[in-house]
Amino acid sequence: MADSLIEMTAAETARKVNARERSAREIVDATFEHVRRIDGEVGAFLTLTEEIARTQADRVDARIAAGERLPLAGVALAVKDNMCLRGTQTTAGSKILEGWNAPYTATAVQRIIDAGAIPIGKTNLDEFAMGSSCENSALGVTRNPYDAQRVPGGSSGGSAAAVASYESMIGLGSDTGGSIREPAAFCNIIGFKPTYGRVSRYGLIAFASSLDQIGPLARTVEDAALAYDAIAGHDPMDATSVDVPHESTATNLGESLKGLRVGVVKEYRAKSLGSAIDDVYAKAYADLEKLGAEIVEIGLPTADYGIATYYLIAPAECSSNLARFDGVRYGLRIEGNDMTETYDRTRAAGFGPEVKRRILIGTHALSSGYYDAYYLKAQKARTKIAADFENAFGACDVIAAPAAAAPAFRLGAKSDPYSMYLMDYYTIPVSLAGLPSISVPCGWAQPEDGDAEMPLGLQLTAPLFGERLLLGAAHAYEIATKHSKKHSPRIGSGVVGRALGVS
Amino acid sequence: MASPDLDVRYVAKLARIALTDEEARTYGVQLADILGHVAALNELDTSDVAATAQVIESRNVERDDTLVPCLSRNDVLAGAPREQGGFFRVPRIIGEP
Repeated sequence: MADSLIEMTAAETARKVNARERSAREIVDATFEHVRRIDGEVGAFLTLTEEIARTQADRVDARIAAGERLPLAGVALAVKDNMCLRGTQTTAGSKILEGWNAPYTATAVQRIIDAGAIPIGKTNLDEFAMGSSCENSALGVTRNPYDAQRVPGGSSGGSAAAVASYESMIGLGSDTGGSIREPAAFCNIIGFKPTYGRVSRYGLIAFASSLDQIGPLARTVEDAALAYDAIAGHDPMDATSVDVPHESTATNLGESLKGLRVGVVKEYRAKSLGSAIDDVYAKAYADLEKLGAEIVEIGLPTADYGIATYYLIAPAECSSNLARFDGVRYGLRIEGNDMTETYDRTRAAGFGPEVKRRILIGTHALSSGYYDAYYLKAQKARTKIAADFENAFGACDVIAAPAAAAPAFRLGAKSDPYSMYLMDYYTIPVSLAGLPSISVPCGWAQPEDGDAEMPLGLQLTAPLFGERLLLGAAHAYEIATKHSKKHSPRIGSGVVGRALGVS
Repeated sequence: MASPDLDVRYVAKLARIALTDEEARTYGVQLADILGHVAALNELDTSDVAATAQVIESRNVERDDTLVPCLSRNDVLAGAPREQGGFFRVPRIIGEP
Protein backbone atom coordinates (compact mmCIF):
# COMPACT_ATOMS: atom_id res chain seq x y z
CA MET A 1 0.00 0.00 0.00
CA ALA A 2 2.79 2.34 0.96
CA ASP A 3 4.42 1.75 -2.42
CA SER A 4 1.51 3.00 -4.48
CA LEU A 5 1.51 6.19 -2.39
CA ILE A 6 5.07 7.11 -3.36
CA GLU A 7 4.30 6.32 -6.99
CA MET A 8 1.52 8.89 -7.24
CA THR A 9 2.08 12.10 -9.15
CA ALA A 10 1.98 15.39 -7.30
CA ALA A 11 -1.34 16.23 -8.97
CA GLU A 12 -2.89 12.92 -7.91
CA THR A 13 -1.53 13.27 -4.39
CA ALA A 14 -2.94 16.77 -3.96
CA ARG A 15 -6.32 15.60 -5.26
CA LYS A 16 -6.47 12.71 -2.80
CA VAL A 17 -5.20 14.66 0.19
CA ASN A 18 -7.58 17.54 -0.53
CA ALA A 19 -10.44 15.02 -0.79
CA ARG A 20 -9.25 13.46 2.52
CA GLU A 21 -8.89 10.05 0.87
CA ARG A 22 -5.26 10.11 1.89
CA SER A 23 -3.41 12.05 4.57
CA ALA A 24 -0.19 13.97 4.18
CA ARG A 25 1.09 12.06 7.19
CA GLU A 26 0.61 8.67 5.45
CA ILE A 27 2.49 9.92 2.42
CA VAL A 28 5.37 11.22 4.50
CA ASP A 29 5.63 7.93 6.41
CA ALA A 30 5.61 5.90 3.19
CA THR A 31 8.19 8.19 1.61
CA PHE A 32 10.65 7.92 4.50
CA GLU A 33 10.21 4.16 4.57
CA HIS A 34 11.18 4.04 0.87
CA VAL A 35 14.01 6.55 1.28
CA ARG A 36 15.52 4.57 4.14
CA ARG A 37 15.39 1.43 2.00
CA ILE A 38 17.05 2.79 -1.14
CA ASP A 39 18.89 6.03 -0.52
CA GLY A 40 22.00 4.25 0.69
CA GLU A 41 22.43 3.26 -2.91
CA VAL A 42 21.01 6.30 -4.74
CA GLY A 43 22.66 8.88 -2.50
CA ALA A 44 20.19 11.60 -3.43
CA PHE A 45 19.99 13.20 0.02
CA LEU A 46 22.61 14.94 2.13
CA THR A 47 20.19 15.63 4.99
CA LEU A 48 16.76 14.18 5.80
CA THR A 49 14.30 16.60 7.41
CA GLU A 50 12.10 14.03 9.07
CA GLU A 51 10.96 16.14 11.99
CA ILE A 52 10.08 19.15 9.86
CA ALA A 53 8.31 16.83 7.41
CA ARG A 54 6.08 15.25 10.05
CA THR A 55 5.24 18.62 11.60
CA GLN A 56 4.45 20.06 8.18
CA ALA A 57 2.38 16.99 7.23
CA ASP A 58 0.26 17.35 10.36
CA ARG A 59 -0.16 21.05 9.61
CA VAL A 60 -1.31 20.27 6.05
CA ASP A 61 -3.76 17.64 7.29
CA ALA A 62 -5.13 20.14 9.83
CA ARG A 63 -5.56 22.83 7.16
CA ILE A 64 -7.41 20.38 4.90
CA ALA A 65 -9.60 19.29 7.81
CA ALA A 66 -10.41 22.96 8.40
CA GLY A 67 -11.71 23.23 4.85
CA GLU A 68 -8.71 24.63 2.99
CA ARG A 69 -7.60 23.27 -0.39
CA LEU A 70 -3.89 23.33 -1.24
CA PRO A 71 -2.46 22.88 -4.76
CA LEU A 72 0.38 20.64 -3.54
CA ALA A 73 -1.23 19.10 -0.45
CA GLY A 74 0.92 16.28 0.88
CA VAL A 75 3.40 16.30 -2.01
CA ALA A 76 6.83 14.89 -1.07
CA LEU A 77 9.49 17.49 -1.89
CA ALA A 78 13.26 17.23 -2.36
CA VAL A 79 15.14 20.52 -1.96
CA LYS A 80 18.57 21.06 -3.53
CA ASP A 81 21.01 21.83 -0.76
CA ASN A 82 21.87 25.29 -2.03
CA MET A 83 18.49 26.59 -0.85
CA CYS A 84 17.95 27.67 2.72
CA LEU A 85 15.40 25.94 4.93
CA ARG A 86 15.39 27.44 8.39
CA GLY A 87 16.93 25.21 11.03
CA THR A 88 18.39 22.67 8.59
CA GLN A 89 21.95 22.17 7.48
CA THR A 90 22.50 23.93 4.15
CA THR A 91 25.87 23.06 2.60
CA ALA A 92 25.82 23.84 -1.14
CA GLY A 93 27.75 20.55 -1.33
CA SER A 94 30.81 22.26 0.14
CA LYS A 95 33.04 21.64 3.12
CA ILE A 96 33.13 25.39 3.67
CA LEU A 97 29.44 25.31 4.73
CA GLU A 98 29.28 21.83 6.25
CA GLY A 99 27.38 22.03 9.52
CA TRP A 100 25.93 25.49 8.83
CA ASN A 101 22.25 25.76 9.73
CA ALA A 102 20.22 28.21 7.67
CA PRO A 103 18.71 30.94 9.87
CA TYR A 104 15.92 31.67 7.36
CA THR A 105 14.00 30.00 4.53
CA ALA A 106 14.35 30.75 0.80
CA THR A 107 11.26 32.36 -0.76
CA ALA A 108 10.77 29.56 -3.31
CA VAL A 109 11.02 26.91 -0.59
CA GLN A 110 8.61 28.80 1.68
CA ARG A 111 6.10 29.24 -1.15
CA ILE A 112 6.04 25.58 -2.11
CA ILE A 113 5.68 24.58 1.56
CA ASP A 114 2.82 27.07 1.93
CA ALA A 115 1.18 25.35 -1.06
CA GLY A 116 1.18 22.09 0.91
CA ALA A 117 4.42 20.38 -0.13
CA ILE A 118 6.40 18.47 2.51
CA PRO A 119 10.21 18.79 2.55
CA ILE A 120 11.69 15.28 2.81
CA GLY A 121 15.30 16.43 2.76
CA LYS A 122 18.12 18.42 1.19
CA THR A 123 19.71 16.90 -1.90
CA ASN A 124 23.23 16.50 -3.18
CA LEU A 125 24.71 18.81 -5.82
CA ASP A 126 27.98 19.74 -7.41
CA GLU A 127 29.74 22.09 -4.98
CA PHE A 128 28.07 25.51 -5.23
CA ALA A 129 26.15 24.14 -8.25
CA MET A 130 29.33 24.07 -10.35
CA GLY A 131 29.26 20.91 -12.41
CA SER A 132 27.23 18.57 -14.58
CA SER A 133 27.44 15.24 -12.73
CA CYS A 134 27.26 15.77 -8.93
CA GLU A 135 30.84 14.44 -8.81
CA ASN A 136 32.03 17.85 -7.64
CA SER A 137 30.12 17.47 -4.37
CA ALA A 138 32.47 17.41 -1.41
CA LEU A 139 29.89 15.57 0.69
CA GLY A 140 28.60 12.52 -1.15
CA VAL A 141 28.17 10.43 -4.29
CA THR A 142 24.83 10.35 -6.09
CA ARG A 143 24.10 7.59 -8.59
CA ASN A 144 21.87 7.47 -11.63
CA PRO A 145 18.71 5.49 -10.75
CA TYR A 146 18.87 3.80 -14.16
CA ASP A 147 22.49 2.65 -13.83
CA ALA A 148 24.33 2.91 -10.54
CA GLN A 149 27.67 3.11 -12.35
CA ARG A 150 26.61 6.34 -14.03
CA VAL A 151 26.15 9.91 -12.89
CA PRO A 152 22.71 11.45 -12.29
CA GLY A 153 23.79 14.67 -14.01
CA GLY A 154 24.22 17.96 -12.28
CA SER A 155 24.34 20.17 -10.66
CA SER A 156 20.78 19.38 -9.41
CA GLY A 157 21.58 15.64 -9.59
CA GLY A 158 20.38 14.83 -6.08
CA SER A 159 16.93 16.32 -6.71
CA ALA A 160 16.75 14.58 -10.11
CA ALA A 161 17.75 11.19 -8.65
CA ALA A 162 15.29 11.61 -5.75
CA VAL A 163 12.37 12.29 -8.09
CA ALA A 164 13.38 9.55 -10.54
CA SER A 165 13.66 6.91 -7.80
CA TYR A 166 10.32 7.88 -6.18
CA GLU A 167 12.00 9.33 -3.10
CA SER A 168 10.05 12.53 -3.77
CA MET A 169 7.35 13.71 -6.15
CA ILE A 170 8.79 17.15 -6.83
CA GLY A 171 12.37 18.34 -6.65
CA LEU A 172 13.52 21.92 -6.44
CA GLY A 173 16.68 22.60 -8.42
CA SER A 174 18.61 25.58 -9.65
CA ASP A 175 19.86 26.10 -13.19
CA THR A 176 22.73 28.41 -14.12
CA GLY A 177 23.90 26.80 -17.38
CA GLY A 178 21.77 23.64 -17.54
CA SER A 179 21.77 22.34 -13.97
CA ILE A 180 18.05 21.47 -13.96
CA ARG A 181 17.63 20.36 -17.58
CA GLU A 182 20.69 18.11 -17.92
CA PRO A 183 20.08 15.96 -14.79
CA ALA A 184 16.39 15.72 -15.75
CA ALA A 185 17.45 14.34 -19.14
CA PHE A 186 19.91 11.89 -17.51
CA CYS A 187 17.24 10.60 -15.09
CA ASN A 188 14.29 10.42 -17.52
CA ILE A 189 12.21 13.11 -15.81
CA ILE A 190 11.01 16.66 -16.46
CA GLY A 191 13.28 19.61 -15.60
CA PHE A 192 12.02 23.15 -16.03
CA LYS A 193 14.03 26.37 -15.86
CA PRO A 194 11.75 29.43 -15.87
CA THR A 195 12.61 32.83 -17.35
CA TYR A 196 15.40 34.59 -15.43
CA GLY A 197 13.69 36.61 -12.70
CA ARG A 198 10.42 34.64 -12.59
CA VAL A 199 11.31 32.85 -9.37
CA SER A 200 12.89 34.66 -6.43
CA ARG A 201 16.52 33.81 -5.71
CA TYR A 202 16.24 34.98 -2.10
CA GLY A 203 17.73 32.22 0.02
CA LEU A 204 19.44 30.51 -2.92
CA ILE A 205 23.20 30.43 -2.33
CA ALA A 206 24.48 32.53 -5.22
CA PHE A 207 26.74 31.11 -7.94
CA ALA A 208 26.34 33.41 -10.98
CA SER A 209 23.68 35.94 -10.15
CA SER A 210 22.81 37.02 -13.70
CA LEU A 211 22.08 33.40 -14.64
CA ASP A 212 20.89 31.50 -11.54
CA GLN A 213 17.25 30.48 -11.60
CA ILE A 214 15.25 28.09 -9.40
CA GLY A 215 12.86 25.62 -11.02
CA PRO A 216 11.12 22.26 -10.52
CA LEU A 217 12.03 18.67 -11.42
CA ALA A 218 9.10 16.26 -11.69
CA ARG A 219 7.88 13.03 -13.25
CA THR A 220 5.16 14.76 -15.30
CA VAL A 221 4.83 18.16 -16.98
CA GLU A 222 1.63 18.78 -15.03
CA ASP A 223 3.52 18.32 -11.75
CA ALA A 224 6.27 20.68 -12.94
CA ALA A 225 3.60 23.26 -13.83
CA LEU A 226 1.92 22.95 -10.42
CA ALA A 227 5.25 23.42 -8.65
CA TYR A 228 6.20 26.35 -10.88
CA ASP A 229 2.84 28.04 -10.23
CA ALA A 230 3.52 27.71 -6.51
CA ILE A 231 7.00 29.27 -6.56
CA ALA A 232 6.72 31.93 -9.30
CA GLY A 233 6.00 35.59 -8.73
CA HIS A 234 7.52 38.83 -7.58
CA ASP A 235 9.45 38.95 -4.32
CA PRO A 236 10.62 42.26 -2.85
CA MET A 237 13.52 40.38 -1.22
CA ASP A 238 15.14 39.76 -4.64
CA ALA A 239 15.85 42.94 -6.60
CA THR A 240 16.04 40.99 -9.87
CA SER A 241 12.72 39.27 -9.31
CA VAL A 242 10.42 40.55 -12.06
CA ASP A 243 7.18 42.26 -11.25
CA VAL A 244 5.06 40.91 -14.11
CA PRO A 245 1.75 39.15 -13.56
CA HIS A 246 1.98 35.39 -13.19
CA GLU A 247 -0.71 33.39 -14.97
CA SER A 248 -1.35 29.79 -13.95
CA THR A 249 0.39 27.34 -16.25
CA ALA A 250 -1.17 24.17 -14.81
CA THR A 251 -4.57 25.24 -16.16
CA ASN A 252 -3.22 25.66 -19.70
CA LEU A 253 -1.90 22.19 -20.50
CA GLY A 254 -3.16 21.29 -23.96
CA GLU A 255 -2.97 18.11 -25.98
CA SER A 256 -2.47 19.48 -29.47
CA LEU A 257 0.34 21.39 -31.12
CA LYS A 258 -1.85 22.58 -34.00
CA GLY A 259 -0.56 25.90 -35.28
CA LEU A 260 2.60 25.85 -33.17
CA ARG A 261 5.79 26.70 -35.07
CA VAL A 262 8.69 24.64 -33.72
CA GLY A 263 12.16 25.82 -34.66
CA VAL A 264 14.84 23.22 -35.26
CA VAL A 265 18.36 24.62 -35.21
CA LYS A 266 20.30 24.08 -38.44
CA GLU A 267 23.71 24.42 -36.78
CA TYR A 268 22.73 21.71 -34.26
CA ARG A 269 21.41 19.40 -36.97
CA ALA A 270 24.73 19.65 -38.80
CA LYS A 271 26.49 18.31 -35.72
CA SER A 272 26.15 14.57 -35.12
CA LEU A 273 25.89 13.21 -31.57
CA GLY A 274 26.22 9.67 -32.93
CA SER A 275 23.66 7.93 -35.11
CA ALA A 276 21.62 6.33 -32.29
CA ILE A 277 21.16 9.69 -30.57
CA ASP A 278 20.57 11.56 -33.84
CA ASP A 279 17.79 9.07 -34.63
CA VAL A 280 16.05 9.75 -31.30
CA TYR A 281 16.01 13.49 -31.93
CA ALA A 282 14.90 13.08 -35.57
CA LYS A 283 12.01 10.98 -34.24
CA ALA A 284 11.21 13.61 -31.60
CA TYR A 285 10.98 16.37 -34.23
CA ALA A 286 8.81 14.09 -36.41
CA ASP A 287 6.55 13.41 -33.43
CA LEU A 288 6.13 17.13 -32.85
CA GLU A 289 5.08 17.50 -36.48
CA LYS A 290 2.61 14.59 -36.17
CA LEU A 291 1.00 16.46 -33.28
CA GLY A 292 0.24 19.35 -35.60
CA ALA A 293 3.33 21.50 -35.16
CA GLU A 294 4.95 23.14 -38.14
CA ILE A 295 8.70 22.45 -38.14
CA VAL A 296 10.76 25.41 -39.33
CA GLU A 297 14.52 25.54 -39.69
CA ILE A 298 16.12 28.37 -37.77
CA GLY A 299 19.69 29.56 -37.28
CA LEU A 300 21.56 30.28 -34.05
CA PRO A 301 24.92 31.26 -35.60
CA THR A 302 26.44 32.52 -32.34
CA ALA A 303 25.31 29.66 -30.10
CA ASP A 304 28.58 27.83 -30.79
CA TYR A 305 30.29 30.53 -28.69
CA GLY A 306 27.99 29.83 -25.74
CA ILE A 307 30.42 27.72 -23.72
CA ALA A 308 33.31 30.18 -24.16
CA THR A 309 31.04 33.06 -23.16
CA TYR A 310 29.60 31.21 -20.19
CA TYR A 311 32.99 30.10 -18.85
CA LEU A 312 34.00 33.73 -18.51
CA ILE A 313 30.77 35.23 -17.23
CA ALA A 314 29.83 32.51 -14.72
CA PRO A 315 33.31 32.26 -13.14
CA ALA A 316 33.59 36.06 -12.99
CA GLU A 317 30.31 36.29 -11.10
CA CYS A 318 31.20 33.32 -8.89
CA SER A 319 34.57 34.80 -7.95
CA SER A 320 32.72 37.83 -6.68
CA ASN A 321 29.83 35.94 -5.01
CA LEU A 322 32.06 33.42 -3.24
CA ALA A 323 34.22 36.16 -1.73
CA ARG A 324 31.73 36.07 1.17
CA PHE A 325 33.09 32.70 2.30
CA ASP A 326 35.93 34.15 4.31
CA GLY A 327 35.67 32.31 7.62
CA VAL A 328 34.30 35.31 9.50
CA ARG A 329 30.51 35.10 9.71
CA TYR A 330 29.60 31.51 8.89
CA GLY A 331 31.00 28.14 7.94
CA LEU A 332 34.53 26.88 8.15
CA ARG A 333 37.45 28.84 9.59
CA ILE A 334 41.08 27.73 9.57
CA GLU A 335 42.75 30.26 11.80
CA GLY A 336 46.04 31.84 10.67
CA ASN A 337 48.37 34.33 12.33
CA ASP A 338 46.44 37.23 10.91
CA MET A 339 43.26 37.83 8.97
CA THR A 340 44.81 37.45 5.51
CA GLU A 341 46.33 34.12 6.37
CA THR A 342 42.97 33.07 7.83
CA TYR A 343 41.26 33.88 4.51
CA ASP A 344 43.93 32.02 2.52
CA ARG A 345 43.80 28.88 4.66
CA THR A 346 40.02 28.81 5.13
CA ARG A 347 39.35 29.05 1.41
CA ALA A 348 42.12 26.58 0.56
CA ALA A 349 40.64 23.99 2.92
CA GLY A 350 36.97 24.76 2.32
CA PHE A 351 36.66 24.87 -1.48
CA GLY A 352 37.06 21.88 -3.80
CA PRO A 353 39.07 21.83 -7.05
CA GLU A 354 36.31 22.89 -9.49
CA VAL A 355 35.24 25.80 -7.30
CA LYS A 356 38.88 26.92 -7.00
CA ARG A 357 39.36 26.68 -10.77
CA ARG A 358 36.31 28.82 -11.40
CA ILE A 359 37.24 31.40 -8.78
CA LEU A 360 40.73 31.63 -10.30
CA ILE A 361 39.45 31.96 -13.88
CA GLY A 362 36.90 34.54 -12.78
CA THR A 363 39.42 36.52 -10.75
CA HIS A 364 41.74 36.53 -13.77
CA ALA A 365 38.92 37.62 -16.14
CA LEU A 366 38.05 40.53 -13.86
CA SER A 367 41.60 41.56 -13.01
CA SER A 368 43.20 44.78 -14.12
CA GLY A 369 44.44 44.55 -17.72
CA TYR A 370 42.25 41.56 -18.62
CA TYR A 371 38.74 42.86 -17.92
CA ASP A 372 38.06 44.16 -21.45
CA ALA A 373 39.61 41.19 -23.23
CA TYR A 374 37.70 38.61 -21.23
CA TYR A 375 34.72 39.77 -19.19
CA LEU A 376 33.54 42.65 -21.37
CA LYS A 377 34.12 40.60 -24.52
CA ALA A 378 31.98 37.80 -23.06
CA GLN A 379 29.22 40.21 -22.12
CA LYS A 380 29.16 41.45 -25.72
CA ALA A 381 29.07 37.90 -27.03
CA ARG A 382 26.13 37.36 -24.68
CA THR A 383 24.29 40.20 -26.42
CA LYS A 384 24.81 38.49 -29.78
CA ILE A 385 23.63 35.11 -28.48
CA ALA A 386 20.48 36.67 -27.03
CA ALA A 387 19.90 38.49 -30.34
CA ASP A 388 20.16 35.16 -32.20
CA PHE A 389 17.28 33.80 -30.16
CA GLU A 390 15.25 36.96 -30.63
CA ASN A 391 15.68 36.70 -34.41
CA ALA A 392 14.82 33.01 -34.35
CA PHE A 393 11.60 33.67 -32.46
CA GLY A 394 10.50 35.84 -35.38
CA ALA A 395 10.00 32.59 -37.31
CA CYS A 396 8.99 30.14 -34.58
CA ASP A 397 7.18 29.90 -31.22
CA VAL A 398 9.40 27.36 -29.46
CA ILE A 399 12.83 25.92 -30.25
CA ALA A 400 13.51 22.17 -30.03
CA ALA A 401 17.01 20.81 -29.37
CA PRO A 402 18.82 18.12 -27.40
CA ALA A 403 18.98 18.78 -23.65
CA ALA A 404 22.52 17.40 -23.26
CA ALA A 405 25.38 16.47 -25.55
CA ALA A 406 25.25 12.79 -24.48
CA PRO A 407 23.34 10.42 -22.20
CA ALA A 408 24.54 9.90 -18.61
CA PHE A 409 28.23 8.98 -18.52
CA ARG A 410 30.07 6.71 -16.12
CA LEU A 411 31.22 8.00 -12.74
CA GLY A 412 34.79 9.23 -13.14
CA ALA A 413 34.67 9.28 -16.95
CA LYS A 414 35.23 13.03 -17.38
CA SER A 415 38.61 13.68 -15.86
CA ASP A 416 39.46 16.89 -17.67
CA PRO A 417 37.31 19.88 -16.74
CA TYR A 418 36.61 21.11 -20.26
CA SER A 419 35.14 17.78 -21.41
CA MET A 420 32.58 18.12 -18.61
CA TYR A 421 31.73 21.67 -19.71
CA LEU A 422 30.80 20.36 -23.17
CA MET A 423 27.83 18.43 -21.73
CA ASP A 424 25.98 21.74 -21.43
CA TYR A 425 26.51 22.79 -25.05
CA TYR A 426 22.76 23.09 -25.76
CA THR A 427 21.55 24.48 -22.44
CA ILE A 428 24.13 27.23 -21.94
CA PRO A 429 23.12 29.57 -24.82
CA VAL A 430 19.51 29.44 -23.55
CA SER A 431 20.68 30.40 -20.06
CA LEU A 432 22.76 33.29 -21.38
CA ALA A 433 19.59 34.59 -23.08
CA GLY A 434 17.57 34.10 -19.85
CA LEU A 435 14.85 32.10 -21.63
CA PRO A 436 12.36 29.63 -20.13
CA SER A 437 13.33 26.10 -21.11
CA ILE A 438 12.28 22.55 -20.28
CA SER A 439 13.72 19.08 -20.74
CA VAL A 440 11.18 16.36 -21.49
CA PRO A 441 12.04 12.64 -21.85
CA CYS A 442 12.21 11.76 -25.57
CA GLY A 443 13.68 8.27 -25.89
CA TRP A 444 16.64 6.03 -25.20
CA ALA A 445 20.02 5.50 -26.79
CA GLN A 446 23.10 3.45 -26.14
CA PRO A 447 25.96 5.53 -24.69
CA GLU A 448 29.34 5.33 -26.45
CA ASP A 449 30.88 3.66 -23.41
CA GLY A 450 28.33 1.00 -22.49
CA ASP A 451 25.63 -1.31 -23.70
CA ALA A 452 22.49 -0.53 -21.70
CA GLU A 453 20.44 2.25 -23.22
CA MET A 454 20.08 5.44 -21.19
CA PRO A 455 17.39 8.14 -21.39
CA LEU A 456 17.61 11.33 -23.45
CA GLY A 457 15.83 14.67 -23.02
CA LEU A 458 14.26 16.99 -25.56
CA GLN A 459 14.89 20.65 -24.71
CA LEU A 460 12.05 23.01 -25.61
CA THR A 461 12.69 26.74 -25.24
CA ALA A 462 10.27 29.68 -25.48
CA PRO A 463 10.66 33.48 -25.62
CA LEU A 464 11.04 35.42 -22.35
CA PHE A 465 7.98 34.94 -20.10
CA GLY A 466 6.58 32.28 -22.46
CA GLU A 467 6.10 29.71 -19.69
CA ARG A 468 2.42 29.06 -20.40
CA LEU A 469 3.03 28.33 -24.05
CA LEU A 470 6.13 26.27 -23.25
CA LEU A 471 4.56 24.03 -20.60
CA GLY A 472 1.47 23.60 -22.79
CA ALA A 473 3.63 22.38 -25.68
CA ALA A 474 5.75 20.13 -23.45
CA HIS A 475 2.57 18.60 -22.01
CA ALA A 476 1.12 17.84 -25.45
CA TYR A 477 4.37 16.15 -26.47
CA GLU A 478 4.56 14.17 -23.23
CA ILE A 479 0.94 12.96 -23.41
CA ALA A 480 1.33 11.83 -27.01
CA THR A 481 4.73 10.14 -26.73
CA LYS A 482 4.44 8.77 -23.16
CA HIS A 483 8.23 8.54 -22.81
CA SER A 484 8.02 9.63 -19.18
CA LYS A 485 5.46 6.87 -18.49
CA LYS A 486 8.13 4.27 -19.20
CA HIS A 487 9.60 5.05 -15.88
CA SER A 488 11.17 2.11 -14.07
CA PRO A 489 14.55 2.82 -12.53
CA ARG A 490 16.85 -0.18 -12.27
CA ILE A 491 18.97 0.82 -9.30
CA GLY A 492 19.51 -1.66 -6.45
CA SER A 493 19.15 -4.70 -8.73
CA GLY A 494 15.59 -3.64 -9.25
CA VAL A 495 14.98 -2.69 -5.62
CA VAL A 496 13.09 0.40 -6.67
CA GLY A 497 11.11 -1.63 -9.17
CA ARG A 498 10.33 -4.35 -6.62
CA ALA A 499 9.27 -1.79 -4.04
CA LEU A 500 6.86 -0.45 -6.64
CA GLY A 501 5.71 -3.88 -7.69
CA VAL A 502 6.56 -3.26 -11.35
CA SER A 503 9.62 -5.45 -11.90
CA MET B 1 51.64 23.91 -20.79
CA ALA B 2 50.99 26.83 -18.47
CA SER B 3 49.40 29.95 -19.92
CA PRO B 4 51.73 32.87 -20.61
CA ASP B 5 48.69 34.97 -19.85
CA LEU B 6 47.71 33.67 -16.43
CA ASP B 7 49.95 33.79 -13.38
CA VAL B 8 48.24 31.27 -11.10
CA ARG B 9 50.07 32.38 -7.96
CA TYR B 10 49.18 36.02 -8.52
CA VAL B 11 45.51 35.27 -9.24
CA ALA B 12 45.29 32.94 -6.22
CA LYS B 13 46.63 35.75 -4.06
CA LEU B 14 43.94 38.10 -5.38
CA ALA B 15 41.34 35.40 -4.72
CA ARG B 16 42.72 34.70 -1.23
CA ILE B 17 43.23 30.98 -1.76
CA ALA B 18 46.46 29.37 -0.56
CA LEU B 19 47.77 26.88 -3.15
CA THR B 20 50.24 24.03 -2.73
CA ASP B 21 52.97 23.76 -5.38
CA GLU B 22 51.20 20.78 -6.87
CA GLU B 23 47.88 22.64 -7.04
CA ALA B 24 49.57 25.61 -8.68
CA ARG B 25 51.04 23.30 -11.35
CA THR B 26 47.78 21.39 -11.95
CA TYR B 27 45.57 24.47 -12.07
CA GLY B 28 48.13 26.25 -14.26
CA VAL B 29 47.77 23.55 -16.91
CA GLN B 30 43.98 23.19 -16.56
CA LEU B 31 43.28 26.91 -16.61
CA ALA B 32 45.55 27.40 -19.63
CA ASP B 33 43.51 24.71 -21.41
CA ILE B 34 40.22 26.41 -20.52
CA LEU B 35 41.52 29.83 -21.55
CA GLY B 36 42.69 28.29 -24.82
CA HIS B 37 39.12 27.18 -25.58
CA VAL B 38 37.68 30.47 -24.41
CA ALA B 39 40.01 32.32 -26.82
CA ALA B 40 37.63 31.20 -29.61
CA LEU B 41 35.62 34.28 -28.65
CA ASN B 42 38.23 36.42 -30.40
CA GLU B 43 36.84 35.17 -33.73
CA LEU B 44 33.53 36.81 -32.94
CA ASP B 45 33.07 40.38 -34.12
CA THR B 46 31.49 42.31 -31.26
CA SER B 47 32.45 45.80 -32.39
CA ASP B 48 28.83 46.75 -33.05
CA VAL B 49 27.17 45.52 -29.86
CA ALA B 50 26.73 46.70 -26.30
CA ALA B 51 27.53 44.48 -23.33
CA THR B 52 24.76 42.53 -21.60
CA ALA B 53 25.05 42.34 -17.83
CA GLN B 54 21.71 40.57 -17.50
CA VAL B 55 18.80 39.96 -19.83
CA ILE B 56 15.86 41.36 -17.92
CA GLU B 57 15.42 45.11 -17.78
CA SER B 58 16.98 46.27 -14.55
CA ARG B 59 15.97 49.26 -12.55
CA ASN B 60 16.61 50.71 -9.15
CA VAL B 61 14.49 49.02 -6.53
CA GLU B 62 13.22 51.28 -3.81
CA ARG B 63 11.01 50.78 -0.80
CA ASP B 64 9.60 52.90 1.96
CA ASP B 65 12.04 53.47 4.78
CA THR B 66 10.11 51.53 7.37
CA LEU B 67 11.19 49.05 10.01
CA VAL B 68 10.60 45.42 9.12
CA PRO B 69 11.53 42.32 11.11
CA CYS B 70 15.02 40.95 10.46
CA LEU B 71 17.12 38.07 11.75
CA SER B 72 17.89 38.22 15.45
CA ARG B 73 21.48 38.70 16.58
CA ASN B 74 21.44 35.23 18.13
CA ASP B 75 20.27 33.61 14.89
CA VAL B 76 23.04 35.31 12.95
CA LEU B 77 25.81 34.59 15.44
CA ALA B 78 24.73 30.95 15.76
CA GLY B 79 26.55 30.21 12.48
CA ALA B 80 29.72 32.14 13.32
CA PRO B 81 33.00 30.20 13.65
CA ARG B 82 33.84 32.37 16.69
CA GLU B 83 31.92 35.04 18.51
CA GLN B 84 32.43 37.11 21.60
CA GLY B 85 30.04 39.43 23.40
CA GLY B 86 27.61 39.63 20.50
CA PHE B 87 30.30 40.22 17.87
CA PHE B 88 32.14 38.11 15.29
CA ARG B 89 35.61 37.43 16.69
CA VAL B 90 38.44 37.46 14.15
CA PRO B 91 42.25 37.24 14.35
CA ARG B 92 44.37 40.37 14.49
CA ILE B 93 43.89 42.61 11.43
CA ILE B 94 46.42 45.35 12.24
CA GLY B 95 50.02 44.43 13.14
CA GLU B 96 51.71 44.72 16.56
CA PRO B 97 52.03 48.34 17.76
